[in-house]
Amino acid sequence: MLALLKRYWTIIRRPSVHFSLGAITVAGFIAGIVFWGGFNTAMELTNTEQFCTGCHEMSENVYVELQSTIHFTNRSGVRAKCSDCHVPHNWTDKIARKMQASKEVWGKIFGTISTREKFVAKRLELAQHEWARLKANDSLECRNCHNYDSMDFTRQSVRAQTMHSKYLGSKEKTCIDCHKGIAHHLPAMPPDMSVFGMSEYPQVAEVGQIRQ
Amino acid sequence: MMKISHILAAVLVVLGAALASFVTAQPGVSAPFMDAARGVTPIPDTTRPPLLLNEENNDLRRTRAYSMQPPTIPHKIDNYRVDKNFNQCMFCHARSRAEETQAVPLSVTHYMDREGNILGEVSPRRYFCQQCHVPQTPVKPVVTNTFEDIDSVLQAGRRNAAGK
Repeated sequence: MLALLKRYWTIIRRPSVHFSLGAITVAGFIAGIVFWGGFNTAMELTNTEQFCTGCHEMSENVYVELQSTIHFTNRSGVRAKCSDCHVPHNWTDKIARKMQASKEVWGKIFGTISTREKFVAKRLELAQHEWARLKANDSLECRNCHNYDSMDFTRQSVRAQTMHSKYLGSKEKTCIDCHKGIAHHLPAMPPDMSVFGMSEYPQVAEVGQIRQ
Repeated sequence: MMKISHILAAVLVVLGAALASFVTAQPGVSAPFMDAARGVTPIPDTTRPPLLLNEENNDLRRTRAYSMQPPTIPHKIDNYRVDKNFNQCMFCHARSRAEETQAVPLSVTHYMDREGNILGEVSPRRYFCQQCHVPQTPVKPVVTNTFEDIDSVLQAGRRNAAGK
């Protein structure tokens, strides 16, 4: 094994005998384009909605829920697809997220959420991951489209104006603090959980989920 | 023996009532069908749906027609989900959220069970807000409403008394 490695190492170290430096440079350049392009194309492929909804876990749970929300159907027809909100747009963050997503491949193979019941049971944990991610990056994926500076408050309802100027304008809160469960349904939450970052008071207790 | 005759009588009464309702529910074939909401479109056909208008969204409280009327919602509630897991209305209208959101918190009746006991949290029978509270759309009512509120009834009474 070591001998084999050594042999390849000497081959790689030895200067080229048959090809000119120019040919090697051009070939390397072309190969670089092919590999880089191929890599990016393959990664972009995993960003498509078709890919995301290719498994029943996504297409039968979260994708169905998305379809009735304003991020899927609205008057102007502009819509968000999965990756718009769930994958960071800039390259390094995207690669980091894609590496994290290899856990999802594991989950798929071992059927972590392969039934509706399993999904419902796991949903709170999954949601909390996304809430934490968006909270940590100041709702970056929201802000890719929703720019605070471009918000025309005069076109917002009075209560939206009030909330946005008071909490978002002061940077006290970020989008996800209030806008949870806007693209998918909310999970079942334990009664003492403070769901929305607005208040430290454990709201769900008072909100009174229906108790059986 | 007595029992069987009772049961027979009960069955007859039920049958009779069912037959009567069946007869009254069927309008004569010759009479042209007309319904305030459907217009003249026959029952088997699909009506043209009326234009959907935007709900009022100005956050201004409206007068209640009578003191026990559930207040109408002065804002849009599109996609506000109220399900077993969460009640979106309570995000603002919970007692604990009043200061932050300036929304009207639920009245005490929402915390009462049917025996009138005050509970610590919203009573399950009052959980589904839209059973009583609805947003309003600026449209002409399909059916005219002759409701008079108590103030005008009392006023009319007083005026009549004074006139006599």
